[in-house]
Order: sequence, then C-alpha cells, then structure tokens
Amino acid sequence: MLAVRSRKPAGYDDVPTLPLYRSAPALDVRLEEFELFAIDRLRVLKGISDGLSRGKKHEEMEKLVTDLWKTNMRHPQASEDINKDIISHFVLRLVYCRTEELRKWFLSMETALFRHRFRNERPEAQRSLMAEFGLAYKKVDISELESVMDKLTQVARSTSQSLPTADAIFYKVPFAEVPELVGSRRVFISKGHAYIAMSQVVSLVATHFRSHLSKALMLTNRKWTSTIVEQEKNRLTPIVEALSTSYLGPDYSQPKEFAEISLREIDDIAKSSFPMCMRHLFEKLREEHHLKHGGRMQLGLFLKGVGLKLDDALAFWKAEFSRKVGAERFDKEYAYSIRHNYGREGKRTDYTPYSCQKIISSTPGVGDHHGCPYRHFSEENLTAALSRMGVNSRALGDVMSKVRNKHYQLACTLTFEAVHGTSCEAGINHPNQYFSDSQMIMKSKNHSTANDTQMQIESS
Amino acid sequence: MPGHEVAKDDMMIDEYEQKQVNAVPDGFNSQYLKIYYGKLFPYEEMFKWMSYANDGKHPACNQSYFGRREFSFTLDNDVYLRYKTFNSVSELENSIKEKCPVKIDIGPVYNVDPAKRHSYAQSGCYPEERELIFDIDMSDYDDVRYCCSGADVCLECWPLMTIAIKVIDTALRDDFGFNHILWVYSGRRGVHCWVCDGKARRLTNELRAAIADYFRVYKVGNENSHKKVSLMGPALHPFLVRSYTEVLKDFFERTLLSSQKIFSTAERYEKILDMIPDESVTSELRGKWQDNRRTSNAKEDINVARWEQLKHLLQSGKQKMQGLRRCVEEIVFSYTYPRLDMEVSKHMNHLLKAPFCVHPKTGRVCVPIDPNRCEDFDPTAVPTLSTLIEELNNEGLRAEADNDRDRTSLGKSIRFFQSSFLEPLVKSCKEEMISSYNAKLQQSKLQQSKNVLAAI
Ligand SMILES: [Zn+2]
Repeated sequence: MLAVRSRKPAGYDDVPTLPLYRSAPALDVRLEEFELFAIDRLRVLKGISDGLSRGKKHEEMEKLVTDLWKTNMRHPQASEDINKDIISHFVLRLVYCRTEELRKWFLSMETALFRHRFRNERPEAQRSLMAEFGLAYKKVDISELESVMDKLTQVARSTSQSLPTADAIFYKVPFAEVPELVGSRRVFISKGHAYIAMSQVVSLVATHFRSHLSKALMLTNRKWTSTIVEQEKNRLTPIVEALSTSYLGPDYSQPKEFAEISLREIDDIAKSSFPMCMRHLFEKLREEHHLKHGGRMQLGLFLKGVGLKLDDALAFWKAEFSRKVGAERFDKEYAYSIRHNYGREGKRTDYTPYSCQKIISSTPGVGDHHGCPYRHFSEENLTAALSRMGVNSRALGDVMSKVRNKHYQLACTLTFEAVHGTSCEAGINHPNQYFSDSQMIMKSKNHSTANDTQMQIESS
Repeated sequence: MPGHEVAKDDMMIDEYEQKQVNAVPDGFNSQYLKIYYGKLFPYEEMFKWMSYANDGKHPACNQSYFGRREFSFTLDNDVYLRYKTFNSVSELENSIKEKCPVKIDIGPVYNVDPAKRHSYAQSGCYPEERELIFDIDMSDYDDVRYCCSGADVCLECWPLMTIAIKVIDTALRDDFGFNHILWVYSGRRGVHCWVCDGKARRLTNELRAAIADYFRVYKVGNENSHKKVSLMGPALHPFLVRSYTEVLKDFFERTLLSSQKIFSTAERYEKILDMIPDESVTSELRGKWQDNRRTSNAKEDINVARWEQLKHLLQSGKQKMQGLRRCVEEIVFSYTYPRLDMEVSKHMNHLLKAPFCVHPKTGRVCVPIDPNRCEDFDPTAVPTLSTLIEELNNEGLRAEADNDRDRTSLGKSIRFFQSSFLEPLVKSCKEEMISSYNAKLQQSKLQQSKNVLAAI
C-alpha cells in the first residue's frame, strides 16, 4: 500500500536523511498509521516546545531533541523511518494549518527540529541540502573579505566565536535571509547584506525551510477549507480536528486530584461550577436529549476533564440520547465517538478538553449550542443567561461592557467573580480551569463553615 | 490581538498637561482645525507618498493600492473610526474636511479593501505592506533626565531625541541599506520614523522583530536591577562601536553631563556608582566626591570632573578586571542610547499617527525632521495651530506668496518633505516598478518562445 520512491541510492551515505518536505508524497497511508505517526511526531514537537519554554540551554536542547526523535520516530523497520518522518509531517500540516496560532506553533517547532537535524548532518550532506534549496551563494572573494575583516573579527569576538582566518569561507546574503542572526547581532551587516560564516549556514537554510513551510501551510489551509474538510468528514476530518486540540497550556486531559464526579451529583455541580458555555450545553442536552457534533465534543471532553469516568459518560449520554434516538441507535452511532474521546476506540490516545481560545474561535451554525456564549449569544439571551446564573444587575453591566469590547474571557472572569463572590486574579483561560477554580472555592467555603460549626459546638 | 493600539502619548492625561493647555490658551480648537484642514493640510503630498508611484499611467501600476490602506480617525468626541479607506486624493480630502479628526492614524495596506473585510471572511483580510516604523518617546527616558519628566520636554533633554535619530538613521542606511526614511516630530515629546523603501514595506513581522532586536541593548524586566544596559561579551558589535564612538560618547560628555548635571548630587552619582560592580572602586570615588565639594575648581564643571575621575579609575591599568572597562560604556549607553517602543516596530498592523497632524494637547504640527540637521531641530519652535492661523490672517504676507501654505511657517516643512523625501522616493518607486515589469515581460516572452519551440 505504500508506494514510495526510494530516496536513498544504495552506497551513498552522504545523501541526507533529512527530507525537506517539498511536496506531498504519493503514499497510501493506513488510517491507523495516519494518526499514530502524527501523534509520535507531535510528542517530539511538544517535547521541543516544553524544552524551549522551560528555557533549556542549547546543549540541553540538542540532547533532548536527539532523545525525543530516537524514542518516538524510529519505525520498527529501519527502512520505514523516512516514510514515517514524511507521513507524520504531512499529517500534522493538515492538523496545524487551520489557524494563525496553530500555524505559528507548528512552524516554530518544525523549524527547531529541522535546525537540530541539519546541524547533525555531515558537511557533504549539508551542502547537498543547500543545493536542494537552490541556495547558490557565491563565497565572498579575498579582496572583499580583507576589506571587512576587522568588522568580521569584531563580530566574532563580540559573540565569542572563533576568529575568522584569512582563508575563511563567508557568504554574503540579503539580511532578510538570516533574521535570527540579525536580531541577536551575530553577523556583520552592511548595506543590506549579512556576512555569514560557514558555521552559521544553518540559520540561512532554516530560514528557507521556514518560509517554504509557511507558504505550504497557507496552501494546505486553503485546500482544507475548500475541499478536504467536506470530502473527509467521516474519515480524516474528525481525527485531524481531535489531534489539533492536543497542544497548548495545561491541557486538562487528566482530571485534577480531587476531581471525580459521579452521575448523582452532576446536576448540582453543573449549577454551581460549570462555566456558562458548558452549563448551557448541559441544560440543552437535558432539555432536548440531543446535541449536535460540536456540542458533544465541547461538553464531552470537558466532562472527561472534570473527572467523569468513561462508563459514567456512556451512561450519561445514553440516558439522554436514547430518549430521542433510541438506545440501539445510540450504541451504533454515538457510543463510538465518546469512547474515542476517552481514547478507547481505535487510537490509544487522549483527546484534550477545548480551551477558551478554541471555543471562542469556533463557528457554531444553526441548531448548534456549542461555542462561547459571550461571543455567540445575542445580547438579550446573554443577559437572561447571566441573570439565571445569579449575576446581579451591577455586575451584569460590567460583563456586558466587556462583551461589547470583545473581551470574552474577561467577561467570563467577571461572571466567575460575581457568582463566587471572590476575585479571580488569573483570569479564565479554560473551561476546566473555571471548573477547578470554582470547586476549590466551594471546598474551602464548605470547609470553613464546617469549622465554624465545630467551634460553636466546642464553645457551647 | 490585532487591534488598535492607542499611542501612550495620548492616554496620559496628567497635571503637567493641564498646565500646558492653560499656558497656551489659544492652542487648539476645532474651529482652527477646520481652517487647517481647509487650507493647509498637504493632501496631494500625502496621497502621492502613500501611492508609491501606483497613481501613474504605467501598466504596472496597481490602481487599487492606495484604496487598500487603512486610515483611522479620532474625532473630537473620542469616537474612533477604524478601517477607513479612500480611492482617491479627493475622497481623502473630503472625508478629512468633513470629519475634522483630531488625530489621523495610518495603518497597513491590506490584501483587500479593509473597509469591506467582512465580505472577505473566507479568504481573509490581512496586512500585506507596511512601512517599517519606529516610535521614540521622551517619557521612556525619565530615569536619565532631571530637567523635566513625563509629557514635558525642553531643550535640555531634547538632545536625547537627536541621539536617537542619529543612531537609528545611520544604522538603517549603512547597515540595512534603506534609503527612503522620514523622521517626524510626534507633536509633543518624541519622534516617529517611517522607513518607506519597497523592501522595508514588504518585511515580514519576523524580520521587523529581528531589526528591532538588532537595536535592543536594554534588558527586559529590569525595573529592579541597577544596570539598565547589558553589553555582553568580550567586545561590542560593530554597530554598537560605531554608535558609541560617533554619537553617544560625544553627546554624553559634551552635552548631557553638564546639561543634565548627571553627577551633581549624591543621589544622582549614587545611581551611577550602582552600575559599577566593584566595592573598592565605588568607595574610592564616593570618598573623593564627598570631600571634593569645596576643593574643586569653581570654573570646572563638577559633572565633567567627576566623570573624568571615574573613567580614569576604571580604565587605568591597575584595574585587573576587564569587566570594569565595559562599565564606562555601559554607563554612557544607559544615559544616551535610543529607547524604542519595540512593539510598534514589530507588527505590521500597528497604527501610527500621520505626519502633519496637529497634536491636540500642544497644538503643534507633526512636521518632518531633517536627520542630517537634527541638532538644529527645536521642538519649541515648531509651528502651532494658532500661529499658523495668525500667519494666514496676516494681510501683509498675503501679497508675498501665491498660496496659503507658503505664507505660513508650514510651507518650509512641506517643501522639505517634498524635495528631500517624496521626490526621491517616487522616482525610485517608478524605477523599481518599471524594471520589475520589464523583467516579467522578458520572462513571459521567454516562456512563449519556449512554448513555440515545444510546439514545433
Ligand atoms: Zn527637559
């Protein structure tokens, strides 16, 4: 089923093992591999992202990336390594092409990975990669080199690099091709041209890699919205959509320590601690015994995050849905996707509850109840919903003014504060954070009233 | 979030400002502004600039270019109108005359008309071109000037802006190879810079950030540390060396030391001693300066004398640590090096006040500054709305000039804008346009002959 042109003519070790992903491979991919490969690559990219955000040093990062790649990207059959590399990259392009934010993240992580791998290629392979990019820069000739030698030496000293010798190789390129060297003042630039040393070529190649990938992501995005999403709505689309939720911040895919809720208490907890977006879905589900796909995903993953066990989740959804579509149809058509959310069906993976960002940017259509009420409700409906949550009229005015200024998360934060009567310094970024912060407050309140009672008993 | 970023300039309404407004009672009012927009504002020139030669007859002209530029108006009643676009100079002129905005901001050129962005929800509406811009504001220098603070500026602290113009302008030309650079007085306490070369307008955000970082020497989040500047490494980058030897050092030693009286009191020199990480040096200097008050030569400026002592001690051979030599440079950088508002430069969608606006708090016109003669620029002598109106009303001058603008002091500024900035800019835009058009033509001819050959 895989039809790959062999990229590696036998006996040529210098041919790079690092693909440039210039065009999508003509491969048939098994659906399981489609997802599994992507998840493995995602582990690598997430690992890089975590490493960078913890401020790991260059050497630490080098080791980290080497390890991540070894652990996740080796195929049981060595000959398949390169296919896995290519397939996983192109699948993640689909996943991460769809918003500016996703593209930016993917672009940075893939470029970081590329730099690492490029640096670890041998010089011959590096040159052939440069050629593959069409980077045919001429070396700076001797007389010109002499004329700028003192500047080049100055730059080398200022960055503690080894000093250039008279026969050193330098390339002269438009400064726009090496932004990071410019930004960190690690090159001499004159009249718009940067003089880069052989050891800095990686930056140049990485820039080209990045800009090529950036353009490709825009194209993929266009293709995704115009054709793929519809054509693949029963096959790839749900997988791709689920994959893209698995990045960013604390992902709330594992319930917090105290969080484990049972079906018995779920109605009370929904009233006290669900953010409006989830409370609305919850109430609609109880009322109409049905939710469309977007609503099922948004609420389902949220409930998983707050600690509803898979069996309870199945029971919960079934109880409602069967009143509308019948138990049999539920088992046949809906149970799968709930198990899928919990990672039991097909792919052994976790899907992550949606963040505010994701919910706010969703586009609910007619009959949908998901999305962010502050963004997607009419002013009338929102006001009514806020009153139902017990927001008094003064706070209500503040909330509505945030909404009018399009500060939806601030509006939600103010609602939280009004409902709980305490301040929420961190602001609301995630429905599951709303929930856990709320529960924390409820617990401490219960605790303190319990203590009060205790004291009264003792003193009486 | 891409959105309107209000210049800090106009958000700070403090007591200083109140005073200033009262001091110039005839500074700014909407009646005057109407006359200004009616008779003086250079519509033609602004249109020509923002068209970048696309208003010509050449087939390569992109007729939609000017119409995709975002303008935004701040009105008298604080109403803020974003995404205004105009298809011709008369549309621009009529709208400004009608709305009489107290402030006009200029945004990027979008891929489509941003006023109709809602109809492009599918394909998206995003910035395609934008001048590389810099915003330097005197209120960011409050820890190194003692003459005034906040919104105020005077001739004692203005040299800080002169330094910024010199350092940035030289680097933009010599290092980055840009040629079409416009410096503008922001109307109160700072300067704006517009880099208008084609390749500057097409820079990605990433490259804008890289250029901004090239200029960065200040540490981030440094509120609690004594050292504001960190010059790392065993040597300075050639750009910093040039800035130091050609601009910063001279201005510090010849101008700011005495005009800002940087060493005159214990409180002031302690701030500098804090930047020297060596107890023995600082206590020696402190000792000298505490008794030296009476013995010092009255003719000699105490600030200069103390600076010389400090330099001598830090740079003399007996200072074992190389690190201490860098201290002298770090002190000079801290007190002189340009402080840029980085965020303004890094993103294409940041709005910036248009040249030739009138600052609503000072009544001063945002006139261009000649970078080659920026030492001579005097912010307190910039034409104000009320002086311009007076000049307009002056019958005597009416006979001498054949248009309104030339009998006011604004005429000179507009002529400078035209001859030093606009004409060379339009000329090079035309050349660039024609040569890229011809190259494309050549290409397509080549392609055609190839096709013909293939057909045979
Ligand atoms: Zn001053």
